[in-house]
Amino acid sequence: MNARTRIVVIGATSGIAEQCCRLWLQRGPADLVLVARDAAKAERIATDLRVRGPGSTVEVMIANFVDTADIGRVADATTAAGPVDIVLIAHGVLTKQELCADIAACRESLEVNAVSPALFAEAYAGHFAKANHGTIAIIGSVAGDRGRRANYTYGAAKGLLARYAEGLEHRFAGSGVAVVLLKPGPTDTPMAADHKAHGRRLASVEDVARTIVRGIDARKAVVYAPPLWQLIMLIVRHLPRFVFNRLSI
Amino acid sequence: MRPVSSWGRLSATPHDVVELADRDAVAMALAGRTPGIALGAGRSYGDECLNPGGILWSTRGLDRLIAFDEARGILRCEAGVVLRDIQRLMIPRGWSLPVVPGTQIATVGGAIANDVHGKNHHAAGTFGDHVPALRLVRTDGETIECGPGLRPDWFAATVGGLGLTGLIVEAELQLRRTPGPWLEAETLPFAGLDAFFRLSEESATDWEHTVSWIDCTSGANVRGLFLRARPSERGAARPWRERQRVIPFTPPVSLVNRLTLRALNTAYYELNRRRAGPRIVHYEPFLYPLDAIGDWNRLYGPGGFYQYQCVVPPGPGPQAVRDMLAAIAEAREGSILAVLKTFGDRQPPGLLSFVQPGVTLALDFQNRPGVLRLFERLDAIVRAAGGRLYPAKDARMPREMFETGYPRLPEFLPYRDPGMSSAMSRRLMGS
Repeated sequence: MNARTRIVVIGATSGIAEQCCRLWLQRGPADLVLVARDAAKAERIATDLRVRGPGSTVEVMIANFVDTADIGRVADATTAAGPVDIVLIAHGVLTKQELCADIAACRESLEVNAVSPALFAEAYAGHFAKANHGTIAIIGSVAGDRGRRANYTYGAAKGLLARYAEGLEHRFAGSGVAVVLLKPGPTDTPMAADHKAHGRRLASVEDVARTIVRGIDARKAVVYAPPLWQLIMLIVRHLPRFVFNRLSI
Repeated sequence: MRPVSSWGRLSATPHDVVELADRDAVAMALAGRTPGIALGAGRSYGDECLNPGGILWSTRGLDRLIAFDEARGILRCEAGVVLRDIQRLMIPRGWSLPVVPGTQIATVGGAIANDVHGKNHHAAGTFGDHVPALRLVRTDGETIECGPGLRPDWFAATVGGLGLTGLIVEAELQLRRTPGPWLEAETLPFAGLDAFFRLSEESATDWEHTVSWIDCTSGANVRGLFLRARPSERGAARPWRERQRVIPFTPPVSLVNRLTLRALNTAYYELNRRRAGPRIVHYEPFLYPLDAIGDWNRLYGPGGFYQYQCVVPPGPGPQAVRDMLAAIAEAREGSILAVLKTFGDRQPPGLLSFVQPGVTLALDFQNRPGVLRLFERLDAIVRAAGGRLYPAKDARMPREMFETGYPRLPEFLPYRDPGMSSAMSRRLMGS
């Protein structure tokens, strides 16, 4: 195993992913590949990370996240350049539920939040299986734990990822490959600006990223961030339907 | 719309908060939607960063570093970068911000807009003294690069300019070499203002950081603790570990009140007196003790609190401080956070910079009936002594006191961005 950690981040412009990268560089030199859709945004983040970690390397790769050929190309190229220790699959969009009444928008949400991350996970699973090494970390959401009227399209997509991660974890049990599903609660990132406007309390992105980085280190199968959400979702999942359906949560 | 409070928590009015995240798209974000004001970390105490019912441009998403010139120590970054982030990153690499205020959890933009000072003012000047360049975006879309040597008039207006000349988007910061995170520190108990001024003078050349905590219940014959520190090559025997605590909720009444005031001050004095003498400390707990207690401003209860910070010139300074402390003790007001410090003779770079040569007194006051009357008495003492108040801390100074305290205001006004307006600018400048 190489001494420097080699990390690929899919959706590197997401607020949580960016904070995770800062934490990884804080710990020592690492080699990061930032995979993103928006080149200007990704370059801004890469520049910042290079200033923060002068002994590290930060590379940017632009990809179309819903293009199967592109997904394969990213996975092939990043693993061909050297063994990857961690792939963090972090991309997603929080589509408002009302907008999903337009089934084209609904499809886009499902593709970006469920199909695309699952395909990235599958592509890396193939490479990691051959190397018998690597951690596949997927950002799911507490919203995936139970469907709710407020965001069931997003929640269903994240739920698909939970099942996918579970299956991969079963596949790789006892091997050198680990699968970690991360479930953040509402977090103070640009994606959640709408939550904030409604005055909801949001976890700080720094805290969430710290929990995620620790969870990946520990190779835990499921990590809630902040950890309190594990308890909250345990209750929410077990509320009987006649109670749940009366709640506006 | 969401409720926004400044650090003093005196109000929580709804604001239309616009999150800026892309430094190249700021002009677009500002266009057409005015007036508004920039909101950084929200660490100013009064109404400087508030615009009730209107727009706030939040710079918290502008928190990226842009370049670091390792040879010259010049860091270029976005305006929303928090000072603590820079310190924690750069001190292990042998560089440090030359000036940091009493909290590290302020943004670069806020530090410039208030031309903040630290406990080392006598040695290092103000924050604006170490800014070789900054980029300002005006609400009409114009971008202005300025610095002490480049459009210096714009620079002088923007440093200490309360965010009113445009939105500060980026800045270059001149860092300086540091041997590391350790300080050689000393705590010296003193009695009486004469002793304070003697210690300040004695320490000015050899000690980079000096500040005094005072017991505001002790009146004109004040007792206090004089703290001084300087960078140390030597580290402590044990490594420092951050211990972050947080005040989890706002208590229904202020925990600092007339009943607890004297006891809290006596306890603080006695506890720290025992630790007197020289020691090696980490810079964070020594210089920014309150940063270790998240949301400490909740201690003052739902009503919030005021901070009163003034500076008075050296001649009339000692008598003015004596008179103010007597008035405060007589009114039985104040808190455990009372600070006294002498400034150096260096003139600050901004037209509206707060610092001037002399002595500065800063105290917190729980927001309760009567405290505004006490402020009027203190105002009279400050004005008679030729002093002024610090806008970063202010929520209530009368407009004519601002005008007499800041005689260069007429020079500043032509540089204002007509699309920038805060509750403070309307209160103190009429628009």
